[in-house]
Amino acid sequence: MDTTRLIIVAVGGQGNLLASKVLAEAALIADIPVRMSEIHGMAQRGGVVESAVIFGDAASTIISDGEADVLVGFEPSETLRALNKCSANTVVITNTFPLPPFTVMIGKGVYPDLSQLRNLIQAKTAKLIAFDALALAKKAGNVMSLNMVLLGALIQTGTLPLAGECVKEAIRAATKASFQEINLTAFDLGYAAAQNA
Amino acid sequence: MHKLLTEHPGQKMMLLGNEAIARGALEAGVALAATYPGTPSSEISLNLFQISRESDLYFEYSINEKVALEVTAAAANSGVRSLCIMKHVGMNVAADALMTLAYVGVKGGLVIISADDPYMFSSQNEQDNRYYGKLSGLPIVEPSSVEEAKDLVSYAFDLSEKLKEPVILRTTTRINHSSGIVTLGKIPARITGGDFKKDPFNYVTVPAVSRKLHVKLLENIAAAAAISDLSPYNFIRGTGAWGIICNGVSYNYAVDAVADLDIAAKTSILRIGFSHPMPAAMIKTFLKGCEKVLVIEEGEPYMEEAVKALAQEEGLTLPIRGKGKDLFSRLYEFNPADVRARIAGYFGVSFTPKARPNLADIPEIPARPPNLCAGCSHRATFYAVRKAAEAQGLETICPTDIGCYTLGFMPPLSMGDFLICMGSSIGTSCGFSKATRKKVISYIGDSTFFHSGIPGLVNAVFNNHNFTLVILDNGTTAMTGHQPHPGVDMAQMNMEGFQQVSIENIVRAVGVKHVAVIRPYQVKKSIEAIKGALVHQGVSVVISKEACVLHRKSLKKAGGKPFYVGDKCKNHRNCINDLACPAFYIEADRVKINPDQCVGCAVCAQICPENAILPITRSNA
Repeated sequence: MDTTRLIIVAVGGQGNLLASKVLAEAALIADIPVRMSEIHGMAQRGGVVESAVIFGDAASTIISDGEADVLVGFEPSETLRALNKCSANTVVITNTFPLPPFTVMIGKGVYPDLSQLRNLIQAKTAKLIAFDALALAKKAGNVMSLNMVLLGALIQTGTLPLAGECVKEAIRAATKASFQEINLTAFDLGYAAAQNA
Repeated sequence: MHKLLTEHPGQKMMLLGNEAIARGALEAGVALAATYPGTPSSEISLNLFQISRESDLYFEYSINEKVALEVTAAAANSGVRSLCIMKHVGMNVAADALMTLAYVGVKGGLVIISADDPYMFSSQNEQDNRYYGKLSGLPIVEPSSVEEAKDLVSYAFDLSEKLKEPVILRTTTRINHSSGIVTLGKIPARITGGDFKKDPFNYVTVPAVSRKLHVKLLENIAAAAAISDLSPYNFIRGTGAWGIICNGVSYNYAVDAVADLDIAAKTSILRIGFSHPMPAAMIKTFLKGCEKVLVIEEGEPYMEEAVKALAQEEGLTLPIRGKGKDLFSRLYEFNPADVRARIAGYFGVSFTPKARPNLADIPEIPARPPNLCAGCSHRATFYAVRKAAEAQGLETICPTDIGCYTLGFMPPLSMGDFLICMGSSIGTSCGFSKATRKKVISYIGDSTFFHSGIPGLVNAVFNNHNFTLVILDNGTTAMTGHQPHPGVDMAQMNMEGFQQVSIENIVRAVGVKHVAVIRPYQVKKSIEAIKGALVHQGVSVVISKEACVLHRKSLKKAGGKPFYVGDKCKNHRNCINDLACPAFYIEADRVKINPDQCVGCAVCAQICPENAILPITRSNA
């Protein structure tokens, strides 16, 4: 089958490893070949966490520059930093709520202008879906459901060979009972946000 | 029940490479495992540690890789299937045991996992441990995928018992930290008890015995070479005249490239999964069917050198290339696009790489380097040492060591001037203090002190060196995910059957005359105590004790109340400029503290010249 390559970038603690795990489990449920790799050495110490999920027949577990079909960014400046993974055919989904690095927080660096950031990504890729996923996570009931909001938006784009129901089943399996409802609501809110984007 | 103990053979499960290896160990009947934690191998151990608490598997966190190998070597020589797990540089620590264990061999299976780290995602070098196969004479097997990693563990154990030698299973980070779908096999009952039969003329490596054992090792290498030639883990795919020889993850990139370039009919790929000894007869036959050959391997030209030597033996003159200008690098890790481009270039296949976006107009994006956590006790210790040294007008050299605290080398703390390996802070302090006139202050963590710091300290006392060692005791092996070490109170983690070893008692017992124990969150007291240690002539030791904030959170222990910056603040910014705690931020030119990040260590409150940093109480919240 055709190969679809997905990159997810986030800041440590935003929950992107759970997001990629849910997608891989969904692929397992749907009997779609899937491989994944992650770099998370310093996740708990404020570093960048990147995962690559590859659906289809490829043997590689990493994605070269320019070869991602889809990029999901949990933090806008990290989405911009990962543009090297994209091409003119890439679909990009990004949260717009910024988490500036510490250097910026103490006035020793400049955070990119958010509207310029949007324009740049839009100009260089096939499609950009950008929205405040944190606001939707709060609406769903917990800021930690940000990852599920972005998964919802990702599935809505139809870029992955995964149906929403399948992903929801994986969400149910991967999350504690007390979080399930919030996570599924978050998924639906993200899905709707991408529809309206 | 631990998910890796799931019975159901044939069930498919999504596993991390390291989980797959742990499962492979269970399917191989491993009954004893020992390790010193190190990324990228750590999750293998973590899973086996968890499993040992609900099964009859014996697992231990040994104090270092050499001890771990000795523990498993003895168990294997008592007939118990044993697994020893380490990162690539851990093999250097274990090498003394490894080299002669190869002479002695094993009775029950022993597999040593060496997790190499091309690109150095979390390591100090990217050495290629396949050379340990050549150096020791031991067999090396290498997986290309997560699925294969699981199956290769059982294969390695069978091989070990057949040859009566330890077998090295070498992975790279992209195997350890990739995930894939794995089909579960059966978990046999573990044979946990064995027996050791005395045979000193084969086990006690005095010269006369070793002269005999070296002969046996060479015979074993020859036997292994014959097995390598027939191993299912060395295989050929395709029949074309363009030859590709590859191993590990490079195989995946080669397979994808051949498909992308549509050259499957023209190529044949020899995948080497049993890489020491190399399958000589198989390679010679392969070369005879090729017009030209490209060797694709991360790291050193290990296979390339072997293949070229075999071609020479056969008088073959076909082009064989691998490393070199316009071809593959010895540096870092490979990626699918680069491998595709090199294959296309070498075999003259025309292809157009995907157009990459022009990123010239992207503004500079501020970096996001890892930082010590908000409230990390190491930050408080570094600050106190800096202030104590400044007060005495000392010019310093600060050798550091391996752990979270290595991050203290970054400004503004700037505490870390030299680092080569685990334990090197102390050994190099001896050298710096002899060779220079500067004050040497070195840093080592608690786990690293146990791992390889103690001999250096004994050396320093015996040779009467002159420096101050600061032991950063946060009660855990923090960097690799909070593994226990001998200094940890295991009862606190509800674990029985352990004793606690006191760092302070060790330091005093080896004869250090000046020992100070500080609580780094008490800033003034700490600075005073450190001043006393710095003026001491000879070896002085400061033990800085405070729990790791992340570990405290994971144990669900209460932290302090968060602080805020009150109205008295006059914007001196000593807090930000001297501590750079990530809980600080600036808003409208004023320093603020993020209460969600602040753990209430109160260090900044103690250094604020205006006493403007105060705890949040109910009335001011």
